[in-house]
Amino acid sequence: MMPEASTLAPRIDHLFFALVGLSLVIVLLVGCLVAGFAVRYRRGSKAQRGQLPKWITRDVELGWTAATFFVAIFIFWFAASMQTSEFEIPNNAMEIHVVAKQWMWKLEHADGQREINTLHVPVGVPVRLVMTSQDAIHSFFVPAFRIKQDVLPGRYTETWFQATKPGTYHLFCAEYCGTDHSQMTGGIVVMPPAAFARWSEGAAAQGTLAAQGAVLFRQLGCSGCHGKSARVRAPSLAGLYGTRQPMAGGGFRQVDEEYLHDSIEQPQKDIVAGYTPVMPSYQGIASEGDIIRIIAYLKTLKAGGRQ
Amino acid sequence: MNSDPTRGGIPERGAEPPSYLREGTTVRSWLTTTDHKRIGILYALAITFFFALGAVAAALIRAELVTPSGDFLTNDEYNQAFTLHGIVMVWFFLVPSIPATLGNFLLPMMIGAKDVAFPRLNLMSWYVFMAGGLLALFAILAGGVDTGWTFYTPFSTLYSNSHVLLAALGVFVVGFSSIATGVNFIATVHLLRARGMTWMRLPLFVWAMYTTSLVMVLATPVLAMSLLLVVAERAFGLPIFDPRSGGDPLLFQHLFWFYSHPAVYIMVLPAFGVVSEIITCEARRRIFGYQFMVYAMVVIAVIGFMVWGHHMFVSGQSAFASMVFSFLSFVIAVPSAIKVFNWTGTLYRGQIRFSAPMLYALGFIGLFTIGGLTGLFLASVPLDVHLTDTYFVVAHFHYIMVGGSVSAFFGGLHFWWPKITGRLYSERLAQFAAISMFFGFNFTFFPQFIMGTMGMPRRYHDYPPEFQPWHVMSSVGALVLGFGYLWPIFYLGWSLFRGERAPANPHGATGLEWQTRSPPPKDNFDRLLVVDQEPYLYHPKESTPDEVEQAHAKQKP
Amino acid sequence: MAEDLVLHEPFEEAARQRIAVPFGVWSFLATECLFFGGILLFYAYARWHGGEAFTQGAKEAAVWYGTINTAVLMTSSLTMAIAERATKGGFRVVARWMLGGTLMLGLSFLVIKGFEYRKDVHEHLIPGPGFKFGQGPAAQFWAFYWTATVTHAIHVTIGLGIIARLLWIERRGDLLLHATSAQGGALYWHLVDIVWVVLYPLLYLVGRP
Repeated sequence: MMPEASTLAPRIDHLFFALVGLSLVIVLLVGCLVAGFAVRYRRGSKAQRGQLPKWITRDVELGWTAATFFVAIFIFWFAASMQTSEFEIPNNAMEIHVVAKQWMWKLEHADGQREINTLHVPVGVPVRLVMTSQDAIHSFFVPAFRIKQDVLPGRYTETWFQATKPGTYHLFCAEYCGTDHSQMTGGIVVMPPAAFARWSEGAAAQGTLAAQGAVLFRQLGCSGCHGKSARVRAPSLAGLYGTRQPMAGGGFRQVDEEYLHDSIEQPQKDIVAGYTPVMPSYQGIASEGDIIRIIAYLKTLKAGGRQ
Repeated sequence: MNSDPTRGGIPERGAEPPSYLREGTTVRSWLTTTDHKRIGILYALAITFFFALGAVAAALIRAELVTPSGDFLTNDEYNQAFTLHGIVMVWFFLVPSIPATLGNFLLPMMIGAKDVAFPRLNLMSWYVFMAGGLLALFAILAGGVDTGWTFYTPFSTLYSNSHVLLAALGVFVVGFSSIATGVNFIATVHLLRARGMTWMRLPLFVWAMYTTSLVMVLATPVLAMSLLLVVAERAFGLPIFDPRSGGDPLLFQHLFWFYSHPAVYIMVLPAFGVVSEIITCEARRRIFGYQFMVYAMVVIAVIGFMVWGHHMFVSGQSAFASMVFSFLSFVIAVPSAIKVFNWTGTLYRGQIRFSAPMLYALGFIGLFTIGGLTGLFLASVPLDVHLTDTYFVVAHFHYIMVGGSVSAFFGGLHFWWPKITGRLYSERLAQFAAISMFFGFNFTFFPQFIMGTMGMPRRYHDYPPEFQPWHVMSSVGALVLGFGYLWPIFYLGWSLFRGERAPANPHGATGLEWQTRSPPPKDNFDRLLVVDQEPYLYHPKESTPDEVEQAHAKQKP
Repeated sequence: MAEDLVLHEPFEEAARQRIAVPFGVWSFLATECLFFGGILLFYAYARWHGGEAFTQGAKEAAVWYGTINTAVLMTSSLTMAIAERATKGGFRVVARWMLGGTLMLGLSFLVIKGFEYRKDVHEHLIPGPGFKFGQGPAAQFWAFYWTATVTHAIHVTIGLGIIARLLWIERRGDLLLHATSAQGGALYWHLVDIVWVVLYPLLYLVGRP
């Protein structure tokens, strides 16, 4: 096996080896039976043959049907209980934004640091990855952490990990994405917290993502309508993130990254009740990277006041 | 073996009509034939060509992967090679392999019919198959396709620069030949069974063909529609899966796997049928639990339609959906396991003869068991997250589709060779081929489980050096496997011209197809058949051990 | 009628042979249902996610053309049903006229569809550069419109080919021998009709009071 470098890895391996053990037992059982029968009942051997009573055939049949069924259900339960407990993303996780494109990974820290094909993270801190793609489907795969998540265009997908061992681990694109799919690789550099803090300071700071987002918010003209002194009837975005809003077509939507992203690219789609769809689409104007910054900025706006 | 006079018989030589091979020998007589046996042979020739084509692509892939850096093929060439391998092997070899060749040849004979229900539709399906094949070939010659056999959007519709349209159209067209074959087989089984051939007297091969046909008829149209939507988006720019217009690329994956998972059963159910026929005959034993074998196939065909989402655990579908699909995937493992146990049970108290077809069948049981068990790994969501899109998956489906289906296909080919060609092949050489195929296969694909577990992603032509030992092992194994596939061409080809003439029933089997001459006449049987027994009566019903021994005393080892 | 049936290979029994074609066609209709099921799933998804904007696009569909075409196709189903019964009963003249009527109605469906397409093209209702609504759910509606109606029109054309063949067999004078072919053809034509009946409200009635 690969090195186990995340909190998840030992649990996955536990399940893996349990299944390997079970498979070995079944392969040995079937193999020994086939081989044993093949030798004992080869043509011309002296072994006894004859009809089996009907009830034996039926009981054996029912017996192994029930047995396999219970084994299958047991493994399902074993795996499913792990799925529910391990794939919940912790609240206090450090956020990394990932934008995939043919054929590179762009990774951005909350403090505004950008990396390409490399990600530096501290040991022992849960890391939440919010990912999107600019073109085809990609997949963020770190074998040492036992995580993999497809990265889709037009929406955000998430995964998380908590590294347990310093070192450099492979990052692969696992969903075939064209010519240089096999070059779309990188490394996750896991550092002790102190070293990470030094690395974090050492990199040139361009201001946090949110600060860059605030600049974009003015540059792209968002503040013209959504700002304080706007004349157009557009909703204030302060304190919006995390709330539930009624929709014009009926129903509610949770305001999350996905919704904000869609509202920038396809503003006609889900309008908050009481507003008219007057906003133009920013598709092709704001890049995925810009949208990530704007969303980071919107998340910092508190209700009632502005930064 | 033909002790029962009601099961058809062979009249005196001299007055009999010529064999189907002698009814017209011109090329034209072959290309316009509506005889199911000849159409089976036309299909066999066509898929042999496509198998060779797919195998060349596989050889290129294995050669490239011997070294970690991409030095033999360029990245685009490599991508085209694995796409070609996948498309050709799945749609132009595996899907038609057993149904269109052995199925076409044997299905009417096994139920005592003269032909399939719609003989002209049957011939048309072959022409449609060839048309689809030519489109796909043209796509390859024009410069290849690089989307992978899965045609995932939006890559296939918006980003690929290769001949996606031609290839998709080729697959679209070939789907209609599948549907035509499926409709034909369903109608044949319903309408043309001989007098007395009740549903529970059908040989398991017929049941396998029947369930496969149901899946073909119900799943293939969904593939056709998903490819049509790909064509609409790529060729005409209609935004269907395009996320910029609010489309969802996952919708394509749902549609695609709604076909492609049942397609796995299209590929493996026929193999179940072949193996059941071989094992009962070569172990001289009735099938253990006939009814359970039938129900298992029906259940597999039905639940096979409900598990497609297990291909999409990391795609971004909801956790709840993943859990439901995971559960159903575990459920479908049960009937597959029952089949393995029943084949094993059939060996018990048998008179086992280790002929080449039997070796292929036993190899099938082993490889299918490993393939099935590794399927459990992939059905559990947390493990699948790690293992999907790695070589573990590659190894898993090759165990099912190559270790399983192709072994069964070769086993069936050998088993029915005397019936099809009227000639006997060299048993020794065939046993050697079966054994080298088994070892070559394991040698090639077992290392892929290990490197997959270590995290080697699939479709990489240039990979980190720590995986190299496993790739080298796999490539060397592929040489042995390649030998195992090539070797039969020589001795089977030789048998066509120099082989001993086959008697009507060389294996002493009980199926109706053996109750006529080898090769059979055009109308299959020289007289009308009436069936009054269940299949696989290899020993008398209420017999004592001694009587069973006696019943087989005449058999030569 | 059974006496008129000539047994042909591979059938041994008249009763079996008589149901063979309808049986085969029914199996094929199952295929067709799943085929159209795929694109209806796309519609369901796009409408669910597209919301108001999707409906906005749907309002542009030419409801009059659609309604007239529905009437035309429903009538053709009636004539086809009569033709099939007449064939079975041996009423040659009725069968001929009804088959001819079905053929003409099917052709007029295609002609009306052609006029509708011309209008759609004039109004820039083809997604892509110059599309009336730009990118978005409205474009998805029109992607569905074009894909579904063109696929349906191809089915109509195939159906017309089958009816033309039946007419030709009738001219030859042995339609009675092909009563099961007429039955199969009728089944297929009704399917084409039913598909349109499903498409009609999805295409033309969305977003209208």
